[in-house]
Amino acid sequence: MSESSQLHISTFRRGVHPDEYKNLTCHIPAQSMPLPDEVFIPLQQHIGAPCEALVEKGDTVKTGQKIADSSAFVSSPIHASITGTVVAVASFPHPLGAKVPMIHIRRDGEEDDWELLSTPENWETTPKEDLGKLVREAGIVGLGGAAFPTHVKMSPPADKPIDHFILNGCECEPFLTCDHRNMLEDTDRILKGMAIMMRMLGIKQGIVGIESNKADAIATMEARVKALKLSFKIQPLKVKYPQGAEKMLIDAALGRKVPAGGLPMDVGVVVNNVATALAVYEAVVDGKPLIQRMLTVTGDAIQSPGNFTSRIGTPFQVCVDAGGGLKDETSQVFMGGPMMGLVQYDLQVPTLKATSGIVCMQSSQLKNTRHYPCIQCGTCVSVCPMNLVPTRLSRLTETGKYEDCKEWGIFNCIECGSCAFVCPSGIPLVQWIRVGKVKSTEQQLKAQV
Amino acid sequence: MTEENLSQALPEQPETPKKPVKPKKEPRAKLYKPETPLILASSPHFHTRDTVPRIMWNVIAALVPATVLALVYFQWAAVGIILTSVSSALIAEMLVNRVKGESFTIPDGSALITGLLLALTLPPSFSLDGTALGSVFAIVVGKHFFGGLGYNIFNPALLGRAFLQASFPVPMTTWTWPLTARYVEVDGVTAATPLGLFKFEGVTSELSGLITGNISGSLGETSAIAIAIGGIYLLIRKYADWRIPLSFLMSTFLVSGAFWLISPESYPSPVFQLFSGGLMLGAFFMATDMVTCPVTARGAWIFGAGAGFILVIIRLFGGLPEGVMYSILLMNAFTPLINRYTRPKFFGEVRA
Repeated sequence: MSESSQLHISTFRRGVHPDEYKNLTCHIPAQSMPLPDEVFIPLQQHIGAPCEALVEKGDTVKTGQKIADSSAFVSSPIHASITGTVVAVASFPHPLGAKVPMIHIRRDGEEDDWELLSTPENWETTPKEDLGKLVREAGIVGLGGAAFPTHVKMSPPADKPIDHFILNGCECEPFLTCDHRNMLEDTDRILKGMAIMMRMLGIKQGIVGIESNKADAIATMEARVKALKLSFKIQPLKVKYPQGAEKMLIDAALGRKVPAGGLPMDVGVVVNNVATALAVYEAVVDGKPLIQRMLTVTGDAIQSPGNFTSRIGTPFQVCVDAGGGLKDETSQVFMGGPMMGLVQYDLQVPTLKATSGIVCMQSSQLKNTRHYPCIQCGTCVSVCPMNLVPTRLSRLTETGKYEDCKEWGIFNCIECGSCAFVCPSGIPLVQWIRVGKVKSTEQQLKAQV
Repeated sequence: MTEENLSQALPEQPETPKKPVKPKKEPRAKLYKPETPLILASSPHFHTRDTVPRIMWNVIAALVPATVLALVYFQWAAVGIILTSVSSALIAEMLVNRVKGESFTIPDGSALITGLLLALTLPPSFSLDGTALGSVFAIVVGKHFFGGLGYNIFNPALLGRAFLQASFPVPMTTWTWPLTARYVEVDGVTAATPLGLFKFEGVTSELSGLITGNISGSLGETSAIAIAIGGIYLLIRKYADWRIPLSFLMSTFLVSGAFWLISPESYPSPVFQLFSGGLMLGAFFMATDMVTCPVTARGAWIFGAGAGFILVIIRLFGGLPEGVMYSILLMNAFTPLINRYTRPKFFGEVRA
């Protein structure tokens, strides 16, 4: 810790400071959630082409068996997360709100038979291509929330040379502590997972970005980096939202600005979440496909908040019960944190690969519902990490001026919600911007036809 | 608008599939039904505690030092004008709410600020009925004719003052000494302001008087220090953009300093310019009015610099000794344009 405290704590410009509420769960070691009786596994849990089911109703499946895949490059296969029988391949409620095709599996008895991937004897000598294939076969996607297929991220085009790998341990969303616990409890495997990914990219420089509110994680990571004789730099970052957004993290850690409309690879950087690094290690060394992850079940409406390792596809209700159940006055349940999380109306929806937490709130914590006209205070402008003018974007959307929306950079918005978080008039700024993005795209498509 | 209680609108029974080809569905898992239905809303679900009323009441709190000094220096005259101005503003606001059929907006504090600010810019000897008229004009025309809070182009209090200046030019420029002043004029009542003294008689006033406010002038503008205390509070709490007072004062200092260097005999020193008249009140409380100043950082610099430039030109070459009101009103008119042409550079944007 002595060294890290000497290190400069870096950050990006602007941003906000929501209350953290991490004390609810950050000291509680992760527990294993009991195996769910049934799971619902969506055929698409990633950005890219949806998968086709490889199993039918009545088939028996083993834990880790591939049950859906796609031939597209930008896609990621799906694996059974329990041993059991396929009850149905049909549409079920999804955390995004709609009903989507899922594979419904019911557990048979107490068995948990794993079907493992064949792993190389020594990943340090395995060709990069084979590692890439293995990561794809394991169904690994970005576990920070975006769920972009990791093997695609790990194979940047030849004209985009990569020189830095950044491991994202910021966890800037209030309430969530699963990355924090992972860094404390699985330090070595995360660091080795990072080393595997850096080998896939053929690069030597790695940085681990951690917000300074996780001092124990910074200290542990630093100690283990030394013990494992790795050359990674642990970079403490200022506690500020949205520090964990890729572009903000790259700016804070390296001082490089991803061009507007560009990707991290445009500045020679690949960013991955700590949970993704762990999944890569488990796939490459243990041969385990991505069928479980750690998630935080928390909020002031949860009886006993905690971090749990749970199988993907577990219904929210089971996760909530693992946390002791809901209190009576529960008014909102989100998938993810309160800044970017998605509200749920039905606790039968399953967890996804990218589900980092389930936050249940009582009404006392909800945002204010009094609305006032915009008083042009400019607070949204002063907090926008992308340096946009949210008040203008929302007004342009309201008045249907979608052409102007583009000119004012609506597509640069990362939807972090800082603008709506601070707005003293309670205007749903980022919500309007989301509408504006959809409408602008529609208009663009219409113009092309 | 975004928060709808959709769970109540959901069907009780599972929908029957419309396409007959669909495989037979498993009975749909039952909806979770907590005591209180789950509220649906789009993220973010958290919010700071700042609200419009909170900002407005903080501005009012920041005006307390200047108001207290006005009461100390001008006593009953100040009490009369402040009470008249504030109460007429509140009554006018209430009546407009009635006419527009909207909920009462007095609790948001904005009408109170308009009334109080207008009072602080009036001469102590100004008539009470004139005060009431100006206050009503500020609320009805200055604020609500433009659409109400957030939509007005000009600072309502300043517009009210401009209206009074045009309607009652003589009373608006008739000044009295504070009752606590050491000097007593021959007639004991009227006294020119330091700016007027300089403009028409070429006399400079002592700096100590300008800072403590024990001089003639409008009710709340005489003491630079009282205004600065409130203003700095606003800046610290981030309820005012620090760039605006800074650029306004800097620009005034530099532009008037340039003239002073050219001819120290005919132009007053920049320090005198900074501390005299309504500049402090204008820079900290009028120019920073959120509704009528730019939202972008670059816009704020331009706004303040422009106001300072116009101010010095009016003070040195205009017919009036004071120009804070017109300099801010003119820049208010430019605000939409400034906002439009000072779009911040996007994160990672490369401009040609």
